[in-house]
Amino acid sequence: MNFGNGPRGSDVLVMGAGVIGAATAYFAAQQGLSVTVLDKGLPAGGTSSACEGNILVSDKELGPELELTRYSLGVWHNDLAEHKKLWEFESKGGIIVASRESSLASLNRVMAVQQGFGVDVEELDQAALREAEPHISREALGGASYREDCQVQPMLVAAHLVRLATEAGARFIADTPVTAFLRSGPGRSVSGRDGGRVTGVRTPRGDFPAGAVVNCTGTWAGELAALAGVEVPVLPRRGFVMVTEPLPPMVHHKVYAAEYIDNVGSSDAGLQASPVVEGTPSGTILIGSTRERVGFDRTVSTAALGLLARNATALFPFLERVKAIRHYHGFRPYCPDHLPVIGHDDRAPGLWHAAGHEGAGIGLSAGTGKLLAQALAGLTPDMDLTPFAPARFGESGAHTSAHREEATA
Amino acid sequence: MSDAVSSSTISVDVAVVGAGPAGLAAAVAAAEAGARVAVVDAGAQPGGQFWRHARETVQPEAADDQPDGHGHHGWSTYLDLRARFDAAQRAGRITYLPGLQVWMAEPGFTLHTTPAVASSGTVPATVTASRLVLCPGGYDRQLPVPGWELPGVMAAGGIQAFIKANGVLPGKRFVIAGTGPFLLPVAAGIAEAGGKVLAVLESSAPSAWLPHLAAASGVPGKALEGAEYAALFARHRIPYRTRSIVTEVLGSGRAEGVRTAKVDAEGRVRPGTGRAYTDVDVVGFGWGFTPQMELPVSLGVDTRIDADGSLVGVVDERQQSSVPGLFLAGEVTGVGGATLAVLEGLAAGAAAARPDSTTPVKQPAAITRHRRFAQAMHQAHPVPAAWPDWLTPDTTVCRCEEVTAGEITEARDNLGARDARSLKSFTRAGMGWCQGRVCGFAAACLGAGPGEAPDAGSLAGSAKRPLAAPVAIGELAALD
Repeated sequence: MNFGNGPRGSDVLVMGAGVIGAATAYFAAQQGLSVTVLDKGLPAGGTSSACEGNILVSDKELGPELELTRYSLGVWHNDLAEHKKLWEFESKGGIIVASRESSLASLNRVMAVQQGFGVDVEELDQAALREAEPHISREALGGASYREDCQVQPMLVAAHLVRLATEAGARFIADTPVTAFLRSGPGRSVSGRDGGRVTGVRTPRGDFPAGAVVNCTGTWAGELAALAGVEVPVLPRRGFVMVTEPLPPMVHHKVYAAEYIDNVGSSDAGLQASPVVEGTPSGTILIGSTRERVGFDRTVSTAALGLLARNATALFPFLERVKAIRHYHGFRPYCPDHLPVIGHDDRAPGLWHAAGHEGAGIGLSAGTGKLLAQALAGLTPDMDLTPFAPARFGESGAHTSAHREEATA
Repeated sequence: MSDAVSSSTISVDVAVVGAGPAGLAAAVAAAEAGARVAVVDAGAQPGGQFWRHARETVQPEAADDQPDGHGHHGWSTYLDLRARFDAAQRAGRITYLPGLQVWMAEPGFTLHTTPAVASSGTVPATVTASRLVLCPGGYDRQLPVPGWELPGVMAAGGIQAFIKANGVLPGKRFVIAGTGPFLLPVAAGIAEAGGKVLAVLESSAPSAWLPHLAAASGVPGKALEGAEYAALFARHRIPYRTRSIVTEVLGSGRAEGVRTAKVDAEGRVRPGTGRAYTDVDVVGFGWGFTPQMELPVSLGVDTRIDADGSLVGVVDERQQSSVPGLFLAGEVTGVGGATLAVLEGLAAGAAAARPDSTTPVKQPAAITRHRRFAQAMHQAHPVPAAWPDWLTPDTTVCRCEEVTAGEITEARDNLGARDARSLKSFTRAGMGWCQGRVCGFAAACLGAGPGEAPDAGSLAGSAKRPLAAPVAIGELAALD
């Protein structure tokens, strides 16, 4: 590519220094592209700093999501292996626990299918479950062990990938929000949808021309896309996570209840929660996580905290007397069909997207960044990105408006 | 759910958080103005940190049952407020809820509480009120120094609280260091209780007061206090060394001594002035106070940076914050001591009792005068700008998570972490048991960079604690 000449120009301009933008910048720089990363604040200022750092196989739907998950897992273990320590990569493994006969039966069905697709999952009977998690509730009937499930510290991932990208020649500029897109053709900075090819961005610090502009702005991706006159229906889904006082190791894996899988794919707007309980290297225990569609409402919800607490104590009764010392919440960026948007936006040539990874963004970031960098460099990506194409939302974006109304109703 | 955590709901006109000088005054003023009042306080008995005293076994109704006020300033003010507080309680106008901490305040206002001491058997209550007066006070501001994580190093205020509550000393031979007039009563209290104070090290100098004398002279009572301490120091032969700091706490396994040095006006160590004190068993540090801002911040009040560098809430002449119906009094409006806190509490309580009063209010002249004095005090006793130079890369800054100064400056320089929030994300500084209450100010200073003071955004990020106090998950499970 040979766009974006001049002191501010680059082959690739990445908007957003969350984990997706950071991974995209890192791999694009590895491809030998000149890269500029802009963020309206600091690295990992949005959802990347308000999640659990999950790299999960266990909760993925069969199809493109699982395929991308497994590809990404390979990137974490191979391409990024030398940096594992920087972001506290931990192969702790996940365990799904069933406490009812009916959920145990569905879990067994899911397991059988996953095994058919090559997922490393092993059935745990009651004794094996208790051996793996000695403090699990007596009500627990059995479970499934997913050895591939991992954990990272997501803020460190984003910050170090940005740093490593800059060491490979990329440029990072903080506190620089994008206010408009530069377009080719008459009136270079027209922001309407007929403005021609996207040739860069406008910011309060001036214009940054680029051969390709990548929208990695997470929950803000729809807003940025609208500046280019295209609709990308990324919506926020709020989640609360609670953190306990530091304790000696009591919970050894990521432990979920079997209902977790149902809620992840659900589009129900109401408050839901499934227990996800896990110990961390610092001794605290994370208790996640709720899912509700309330827009960007930051009001602390006692209902959400109560639900988290009840579910967590049902899994691990000892938690009843343990103190919570903080909680946090974030907004998962999701699309109506629960698949991320990754790739070139044919409706606004020159504009690319990598957003809408919902609760899986940390895990999927490595694979997303590598695949996108391949495409940006003009190579054929290791994996077909068609299922994630922005064009799936239609030329006008009209049918997606219906989703938006449904979501805010 | 066990019975111990089932809670009751109390609805009143005015809720007051804190029963120190500001909270007691606010409660009394609101009740006497006719409001129904509830007071939530972490302490087992009224008085807060300033008027902390030995456990009362009986209600002080008769004069000779009154708690001993020895060593307390403004004790007659306490007794007056306490008598009025007790009378309002007996008259049913004040519901007093001791031993409870607010872990969350919701707009409007609802206070969720949890026992301050887990084993106390105190039953948590939920308080709803149309007006809220927050008087949570403050705690000693700490700056890290090599060796400060050793057992035997205490907050100056912690030593004082220990003596007031228990009547005995936490050690035998003390060095007290930091800045500000508060070091004086701490040292005096130790000496009066029979301890040996080897030195009081004040990083500032008396001459720093000269430009502020006019403001200080408006509060003659303070000069009198100063004279009392001078006499007491002379009697107990306590050396008071100005422009002096502790550069390192020495000891293996616990504090056994300190290294000290002279500093210039910016806090830079003067070469060749080092000396050592051995045979020390307690080192007390106090660098002013940090107002307890989590509840005001969680309710969204406008904040500002006060003259001492602390994050404080903005209030109007009625002590009302930018949030309608939410009043602040005491250290959360600016550290200024107990006399000012009482004045602010009285004003806040009266205003909260009559929120619709259209009578124009003029700020009491005494409040203005004491605030001016407090500003002068802060300017004469600043946190030395060069304090980060005292650290070595392996000095612990966050004691809970064992994060060093080197790790923090590396995150600042290599990862772009320049505020307390991003430092916390990248290094875990402030993520541990105390949630940054101890290291928050220091970490924010280090994030701001050499010679820079942290801004309100960074300090607010540090003070943002969605759980204002730890709370048992079993208690949270009872929420619906």
